Amino acid sequence: MIYVNAFIFSGVVCVIGQIILDNTRWTPGHVTSLFVVSGALLDVFAIYDKFVIWAGGGALVPITSFGHLLIHGALEKAEEFSLLGLSMGMFDLTASGIISAIIIAFVLAIIFKPKH
Amino acid sequence: MDKKRYKDLVSVYTPKENKLYNIMKSFLIGGFLGIIGQFLIDLYITYFDVPNKEAGTYMIITLIFIGSLFTAIGFFDKAVSFAKAGLIVPITGFAHAMTSSALEYKREGFVTGIGSNIFKLSGSVILYGVVSAYVFGIIRFIFLGG
Repeated sequence: MIYVNAFIFSGVVCVIGQIILDNTRWTPGHVTSLFVVSGALLDVFAIYDKFVIWAGGGALVPITSFGHLLIHGALEKAEEFSLLGLSMGMFDLTASGIISAIIIAFVLAIIFKPKH
Repeated sequence: MDKKRYKDLVSVYTPKENKLYNIMKSFLIGGFLGIIGQFLIDLYITYFDVPNKEAGTYMIITLIFIGSLFTAIGFFDKAVSFAKAGLIVPITGFAHAMTSSALEYKREGFVTGIGSNIFKLSGSVILYGVVSAYVFGIIRFIFLGG
């Protein structure tokens, strides 16, 4: 059943992005930025947490999960170190994703030639 | 040629995109990626004995790797022009933005090319993610108690 939920959630998020792309002058960069901000916003009242429980991996695949993971990393450290913890823990949960994206992109850029 | 006539001419030759067809494609492909995400999590938990919490991270890294590799071999751009938001909104779009800007500026050298341009497209995701998570984090921490 979680596979159906994952399909629906991830699909609906992509459809929202597609509707924005088709009906405005926004670029993909605008859409992904908006979605990261919405992911963080939805977690002010722990709404995105419910999506993650409901849709599992389907809620982690869209870029909205990046905002969700940023705010959760920050809040986890904030419990221990108060407001300073927000900046200490910001990248705790997303660091592995960002670091691997940087390393992979760099290595592949060295190996491959650009295609046009 | 005045502006209005020019606009009319352009609109005649701009290909009309079928919005409903685009929505259908992005729903199916985006949803399919969601299923792959959940499948990878289950796969890692069942066969590689990864703890539940880390399985999501491994899944994200796997998708980033796939997205970057397909970008590097030149397949991703063709796939995006078909799938549109179905591939841009998932984490593969983030990997694509990073790898494609690294590749594109490779000829300008390692420091002034790859180094200063690798975050060109994906930087806004990180910037606005961090700023919004900080502001919303303060709100949640102060008013709702973490």
